[in-house]
Amino acid sequence: MTKPRVATVWLDGCSGCHMSLIDLDERLLDIFERADLVYGPLVDFKEFPKNVDVCLVEGAVSSEDDLHKIKLVRERTKTIIAFGDCAVTSNVPGMRNPIGVPPLLDRAYIENATINPQIPSRVVPKLLPTARPVHTVVHVDIFLPGCPPSADLIYNLLDDLLAGRVPDVTGARFGR
Amino acid sequence: MSTVFTFRIDGKDVAGSEGQTVMEVAEENGIDIPGLCHLEGIHDRGACRLCMVEIAGSPKLAAACVTKITEGMDVTAHSEKLQEYRRTVTEMLFVERNHVCAVCVANDHCELQDLAADLELTHFDLPLISPKLDIDASHRLFAIDHNRCILCLRCVRVCDEIEGAHTWDVMHRGLETRVQTDMGIPWGESTTCTSCGKCVQVCPTGALFEKGRAVASGSKHQRPFLPWLKTVEEERGR
Repeated sequence: MTKPRVATVWLDGCSGCHMSLIDLDERLLDIFERADLVYGPLVDFKEFPKNVDVCLVEGAVSSEDDLHKIKLVRERTKTIIAFGDCAVTSNVPGMRNPIGVPPLLDRAYIENATINPQIPSRVVPKLLPTARPVHTVVHVDIFLPGCPPSADLIYNLLDDLLAGRVPDVTGARFGR
Repeated sequence: MSTVFTFRIDGKDVAGSEGQTVMEVAEENGIDIPGLCHLEGIHDRGACRLCMVEIAGSPKLAAACVTKITEGMDVTAHSEKLQEYRRTVTEMLFVERNHVCAVCVANDHCELQDLAADLELTHFDLPLISPKLDIDASHRLFAIDHNRCILCLRCVRVCDEIEGAHTWDVMHRGLETRVQTDMGIPWGESTTCTSCGKCVQVCPTGALFEKGRAVASGSKHQRPFLPWLKTVEEERGR
């Protein structure tokens, strides 16, 4: 029997949720005894694979690249977990939403630039009008709020899923 | 001597004096009814709608903080339906402004954040409104961030009823409603504000805060000080 395939994705977030995942420490061995890590910033696969069972999505959907990625993730994944406050509410990346993209870029790259003021237009993906919670773009199966969610919460969630139980996210909360 | 009424809350037999509210009697009996605008020591106004309870025989929900007790009433304070309403109300409070717990001065000691956790609110189905709102940091000691205000109006009431300054009031209507200082002038220019800081202490979120405090480092008095202040006032015969 093949092991369940777990992926992680890093959209518009600070990577703090992934740091919290690493904080599972030796419990990572237990989790990846029972599952394969097939994609994410912690491993070196270039393309999001097919037939993924569980994907932890960190970050809001903020750029055209994020949008492309999350649609592909949804197509290829059974269970998507909105992983942390940015994925769940748009959180800090969403603080730009009331401002709008043109004034935001002006402020960051023109008004405050001392050398070579210009708005980046090549290589970096274009920003969407707003940073959006993941579930407003694609269907999300499980929400795990927290900034970041604690290692215990992440472990319990993955443990439940791998054991075939209904995941229990009791204790998860915004912020902290 | 006032009349004693006996009645039930969530099937538990309780008693209270005529004139007391359902909320007060529930508190005395260790029954926790959530509320964000209610605060012991200032008048209740039934604004946040989180303390809505069912009363047998009434087709409408009633706000426990402004509903007076009656003999034999049968109150349901906790049911799956009420929890669902409370979750929706809390969600509306979150999406109406820009609450970013992660970078808030009140992170980890915020009544709105705690309530969301208690109600197991894990995400918002309602769309975020993301309004553009101001921060007034013109006061020497304190600031108000309207992004985090839930319009409980504890600040307005404590300033009027306890401090007697009535610096705070409310302007505009509906989604545009804002608390204001002295007819809408910057807080720092207020001639009525005594800088007592009671508004900051009673604010349930991080909307009102002491300047210079970092994320999650806001301080609120844990001991309820308003009932005590009120007693002092009454003794002085004010």
